[in-house]
Amino acid sequence: MSDTIEAGPHIGSVVRADAPPAIVMDKVNKWFGALHVLRDVSLNVALGERVVVCGPSGSGKSTLIRCINRLEQHQEGRIVVEGNELTDDLRSLDAIRREVGMVFQSFNLFPHLTILENCTLAPIWVRKMPKAEAEALAMEYLERVKIPEQAKKYPGQLSGGQQQRVAIARALCMKPKIMLFDEPTSALDPEMIKEVLDTMVGLAADGMTMVCVTHEMGFARQVADRVVFMDRGEIVESGTPTDMFETPKTDRLKLFLSQILRGH
Amino acid sequence: MSSTIDPRLLRTPPKKGIRLSWADERFRAIIWQILIVGIVVTIVWWLVRNTQHNLEVRRIATGFGFLQREAGLPIAESLIEYTPQNSYLVALTVGVLNTLKVAVVGVILATILGTMVGIARLSKNWLVAKIAAVYVEVIRDLPLLLQLLFWYTILQSLPGPRQAINPVSGVFLSNRGLKLPWIDWQGAHTAAMWVFVAGCIALFFVRAELRKRQYADGQPRAMWPWALGLLGLAPIAVWAAMGAPWTVDWPALRGFNFSGGVNMSPEYFALLIGLVTYTAGFIAEIVRAGILAVQQGQWEAAEALGLRRPQVLKLIVLPQALRVIIPPMTSQFLNLTKNSSLAVAIGYQDIVSIANTTLNQTGQAIEGIAIIMGVYLTISLSISLFMNWYNARIALVER
Amino acid sequence: MSDITLGTAAVPLTTPSRTPPVLVAGPVAWMRTNLFSGWFSTAVTLALGYLIITRAISFIDWAFLSAVWSVPGGNQTQVCRDMKGIGACWAVITEKHRFILFGTYPFDEHWRPALACLLFVGLYVVSAMRRFWRKELALIWIGMLTAIGILMWGGILGLSFVPQERWGGLPITLILSTFGLAFAFPLSILVALGRRSKMPAIKMLCVLYVELIRGVPLISLLFMASVMFPLFLPEGMNIDKLLRAQVAIILFAGAYLAEVVRAGLQALPKGQYEAADAMGLTYWQKTSFIVLPQALKTVIPPLVNTFIGFFKDTSLVLIIGIFDLLTAGKTAIVEPAWQGFGVEVYVFVGVIYFLFCYAMSKYSQGLEAELNNRRR
Repeated sequence: MSDTIEAGPHIGSVVRADAPPAIVMDKVNKWFGALHVLRDVSLNVALGERVVVCGPSGSGKSTLIRCINRLEQHQEGRIVVEGNELTDDLRSLDAIRREVGMVFQSFNLFPHLTILENCTLAPIWVRKMPKAEAEALAMEYLERVKIPEQAKKYPGQLSGGQQQRVAIARALCMKPKIMLFDEPTSALDPEMIKEVLDTMVGLAADGMTMVCVTHEMGFARQVADRVVFMDRGEIVESGTPTDMFETPKTDRLKLFLSQILRGH
Repeated sequence: MSSTIDPRLLRTPPKKGIRLSWADERFRAIIWQILIVGIVVTIVWWLVRNTQHNLEVRRIATGFGFLQREAGLPIAESLIEYTPQNSYLVALTVGVLNTLKVAVVGVILATILGTMVGIARLSKNWLVAKIAAVYVEVIRDLPLLLQLLFWYTILQSLPGPRQAINPVSGVFLSNRGLKLPWIDWQGAHTAAMWVFVAGCIALFFVRAELRKRQYADGQPRAMWPWALGLLGLAPIAVWAAMGAPWTVDWPALRGFNFSGGVNMSPEYFALLIGLVTYTAGFIAEIVRAGILAVQQGQWEAAEALGLRRPQVLKLIVLPQALRVIIPPMTSQFLNLTKNSSLAVAIGYQDIVSIANTTLNQTGQAIEGIAIIMGVYLTISLSISLFMNWYNARIALVER
Repeated sequence: MSDITLGTAAVPLTTPSRTPPVLVAGPVAWMRTNLFSGWFSTAVTLALGYLIITRAISFIDWAFLSAVWSVPGGNQTQVCRDMKGIGACWAVITEKHRFILFGTYPFDEHWRPALACLLFVGLYVVSAMRRFWRKELALIWIGMLTAIGILMWGGILGLSFVPQERWGGLPITLILSTFGLAFAFPLSILVALGRRSKMPAIKMLCVLYVELIRGVPLISLLFMASVMFPLFLPEGMNIDKLLRAQVAIILFAGAYLAEVVRAGLQALPKGQYEAADAMGLTYWQKTSFIVLPQALKTVIPPLVNTFIGFFKDTSLVLIIGIFDLLTAGKTAIVEPAWQGFGVEVYVFVGVIYFLFCYAMSKYSQGLEAELNNRRR
């Protein structure tokens, strides 16, 4: 299942050498109760860079990206997103959430709103956009994820893959500079994974800064500038997809790759 | 296409006649229905025959003619002018109004208390959550009638007016009930009240208009100045324009009892406390379930989009929670209304109590009970019709 | 895919585990997160804590330390009156508990209603146990209820005859609710099936019954039972008051239970009906072998809750003068010597009701959790 899409040719990095950092994480630590879930995690993501985070369950990869838009609060270290440091200050939090879009494993569409309303909600209430403009924008993105004809339906009437594409369109409607994906294909049936991954590849080709938690190795090979491997709360190894998958240095990554390839 | 179409292809489904045979399902259904309806009709006919016979033997005239007769029954508290010289019809009207008085106030207070307790049960503060949980468990596991008798006993064992408990100046709690200061009600107050009601309706349209304008240019508009103006300033302005009458009628001890102010009788007070605390226990569970029904992911997704917490609550969480809450809430409102009939046990004169006295005085048992049932069926149907309408309105959003 | 677990526990971590900067485990941390997690929470905790402690102290003082447990002569209540408002007068319970529990049943025969109550409790316990959820349970019910009838009435097996007018207290409450359930439950199943029937006349009758009953208060039905039933019956035929109230309670409970059963029928997947049809079963075979066993099992928790509801509601018979537990309690304080000790009596009666209802509600909650778990 880890190679649901054929690893096409790498779509080529657009990261310039002098690109400003989009995300800076410096020695971030976090605990759930007494459990140490992020251990001195340091990770820089440049503007336009695509990073895939992988690792076994419980490795802290989801917690890591949820810290970036403060759905979880880190307890030590610094996180700077687009020049804004994450603090308790609500204004910096507002600024960051406006620039960072997020796609969840379980879609989290709003069941009481139509697809179109799901997409226009944040532009209207956060970006203060006129409704007509927000709707035009939403239709543009819905067309991009190839489901404009579903705009008047409710989430419950769509398939999982369609829902996840709506969730991507919903996040894009805020015109974010960075997109976070938290295992976007894990809750999907195999035949729907491809449609979502295709959408994500398209997004990458447009130069979006992306941080994806995923085990889709084909996707990583095709898109990622860098793969980060986490285990038990720490970053064990990182590098280009080719280096990571063909010449893993640590035993832990070797073990992980062998388990993934066995088709877990 | 060939010009010779096989006629068998054009056949319509055959019309099946009912066969008069036990093997035919539809025949069987008809026989069953005739049988059961027949039994029911026979029983009803038998009961009616017996009743007619019994009424003749006891020389009881049927019909609602007695309603015009002088009631001669004293009623302690009434929302309208009433003396025992009035007819039974007026007495029963007083009863209906007394029922509504306790039901309407009870529904409002029980919703407020129940919502607070329901939210408290989800509090992160362990002590608050635990107290709310114990409250809900205890109140729901005791019969309402027992609770009413308990409250009534407590209120009756309070000291007399001379030693009344006086927690705040002007408020007296004694075995004669609760005395509160009240303004001397005049035309200006009534006018202000109507302006307030009109303001509520106007606010509804203002909200729609503000939303429309926001959709046009994107700028959100504050609602609170309108609310303040329509619900606060406008009624005050009308009241002031009509001479700003303001005389507070303070209750004061005269001899052995209070005069002035407004009185809440021990019966009404006990009934209200009992109904409110009891129903709140059930409403709390409904509110809690409604809030829990909205998944954590909804909060996260909305916040990740940049919505602030109050916006998430207003746009995402409440619309979803309300859909879960409203249907069971309706039946609690109905229950409270029906339970207010327990008033008869502690001597508050609601419709059941007055109709019961009426049927004892006149012997018109069938009419008396028909009146009670008619009143409650009307109230129940009205509440459920309104709630179904409201429910349909907010459920429309779903699918 | 996210369930890949890596067996790397043996591999040493590059960054060793540290304890978090703030204390996060142990009782102090528990209190910090659950009681004092901010100035507001702290203020609420302190205020509530103060209130609870002071209330608890004054309650303990009233209920135990300053309470009067017995009075001289059995009715010299001056001691109690002196302590009014300071200490509880449990003497009223000491003196009157037999009356509250068993009413005017002959004093020397009180063991009979007491045993009947125990049999009722036993019946509930047996019915609550999953291993007895079989057809035989109906036989157990019939047997137990017959035994209770023999105990209460007597007249055979050397037991003296006690007319129904002298029964009272807890047995009446248990009789009204248990017989109520025993008859209302089958009735409710028939009505629920009727309401889902394809036959319009039967469906309409059932809808009419359910909606009429649910639209009016129980009191109006009880009034009907006490003043209108005698008019319904042919001359000379008399049914005693308890039985009439019992009929009203059955009709009332039947309508509410029918709605619960109907919910269970609706929740049953359509495939079950179709499969039964495909097997060529008749309506009654299909209903009793396939539909009902499954539908009823899913609605047991709400059924228990409805039962709790009308167990409490049987207390309404007080209003038409039937001598149940609550009426007995209210009557116990009519005697001049004991007037004014209502709070003590109601607390006593309340505890009895609470024990029954709390046990049933805990049982239904446990069952619900269990059923939910199994479905997952």
